[in-house]
Amino acid sequence: MTLGFTLAYLALIVLIPLTGLVLRSASLGFPGFWHVATDPRTVNALRISFGTSLIAAVINVIFGVIVAWVLVRYRFPGRRIVDAIVDLPFALPTAVAGIALTALYSRNGWIGRWLDLIGIKVAFTPIGITIALIFIGLPFVVRTVQPVMEEIRKEVEEAAATLGANRFQTITRVLLPGLQPAILTGFALAFARAVGEYGSVIFIAGNLPYVSEIAPLLIVIRLEEFDYAGATAIATIMLLISFFMLFVINLIQAWSRRRYGYGA
Amino acid sequence: MALEPVQVIDPTATARHATTERRTARFLLTGIALVFLALFLVLPLVSVFVEAFRKGPAEYFAAFSEPDAQAAIRLTLLVASIAVPLNVVFGVVAAWAIAKFEFKGKAFLTTLIDLPFSVSPVISGLVYVLLFSSQSALGPWLKSHGIEILFAVPGIVLATMFVTFPFVARELIPLMQEQGTTDEEAALSLGANGWQTFWHVTLPNIKWGLLYGVLLCNARAMGEFGAVSVVSGHIRGLTNTMPLHVEILYNEYNFVAAFAVASLLALLALVTLVLKTLLELRYGAELRAVGGH
Repeated sequence: MTLGFTLAYLALIVLIPLTGLVLRSASLGFPGFWHVATDPRTVNALRISFGTSLIAAVINVIFGVIVAWVLVRYRFPGRRIVDAIVDLPFALPTAVAGIALTALYSRNGWIGRWLDLIGIKVAFTPIGITIALIFIGLPFVVRTVQPVMEEIRKEVEEAAATLGANRFQTITRVLLPGLQPAILTGFALAFARAVGEYGSVIFIAGNLPYVSEIAPLLIVIRLEEFDYAGATAIATIMLLISFFMLFVINLIQAWSRRRYGYGA
Repeated sequence: MALEPVQVIDPTATARHATTERRTARFLLTGIALVFLALFLVLPLVSVFVEAFRKGPAEYFAAFSEPDAQAAIRLTLLVASIAVPLNVVFGVVAAWAIAKFEFKGKAFLTTLIDLPFSVSPVISGLVYVLLFSSQSALGPWLKSHGIEILFAVPGIVLATMFVTFPFVARELIPLMQEQGTTDEEAALSLGANGWQTFWHVTLPNIKWGLLYGVLLCNARAMGEFGAVSVVSGHIRGLTNTMPLHVEILYNEYNFVAAFAVASLLALLALVTLVLKTLLELRYGAELRAVGGH
């Protein structure tokens, strides 16, 4: 009975609406679908969305691993608070993050004014989009890598050291390969979240077609024009690309878990 | 003949040296991490409050006396008070079914429950537009019966339920799996019925994990923007939730009011973080089975 309720609720809230999207998309037919998919504005929006998400996820991996390492290995005053703050992007509504980042990075903002002096414009450019995506993606990397780092047994490092490895070699040859599956998972989660992100991006992006217009925004614009077919087609393309990339990452993960890995 | 002094090697010192970084490297890494977090996370949070109080407390509080702002706050509370309890009931039942029983396709079901996390919020809203719009199969029927879902409160509730769907279930599933079924079997063998077993045995076992899930679910429900924005229709005073109201004020260049309403949402986020951290400190061991966020 509990299973029945679970399935019914799941179907009603999630599955039926999502199936509706797929059916609607199928009813466009291939020519209609292809027309939307190859429209330059769509192509650019997708390129901007996936491009900025990729850069943001890479930056998040680099800094997320450092943050996780510092939190797991070092003791300093206020560590608990710093640890708690990492979750801020999970808790802070995206619209709030969006207007706050825009205020910071606009030309007279706290950070934007200094960047403006050296000729870097952040707000209303793809750099601004990337900054917003770094904000929302960071906890995904930290929270995936952190528990796996805590599991690392000290003996592994001691063994490496007794065998003559210096600290740098121990980290790059022994520790990082073991963390690779967890880092990849964090990357995938941050990337997937970034691709679909809307609230924190639209304020800072400037939303110039072909330049700083992300795919989710283009869906909203098509909806406001009552072009439901266009919106559906873009959504379907986004879902397809995302699923394909997650599938590839899963394959890499399975491979790297077989090879090294503490099991992420 | 004087003996050369034996050089004493402190074994713990070398062991420590071999398994941690040099002092300078430690300071450097800690510095990088703290500066990065300060720049990307703390500064935006601080700026919300600074911008909100830019023109003094009088202007700040004036933002909340506006009828549209009050309507937005009421609507956000209403939506959360419907969506969160429904998802809690679902989360507990789903976790119960998945953790305590064996059946085929369990892994697949768990994946489906997580699905809303990997869908863009905009697409979460879009699916309901496609389902209930006047162009859809259901649309004409709804219209002839005078039922409004899209661009009305029911649509907002549905979209919120969709995006907050996995929170409670995914906190509880690993927790319940960890705990197994022995407690329940003991209760049943002592003559308790199913409902008593759930109420007196299972629920006390999962209460902190449940609270944790509710906390995160609620934060997302009150703060959701993308999905709600698509289905709301943005009718001031009627279908604007707090995050949508922030957007409207901001686009009207009414920055103080926008940041004032935003500061309420930021406070909600801070309260959520504090409670979450307290739960983790106090009941960390019980929640340990819970992975991720």
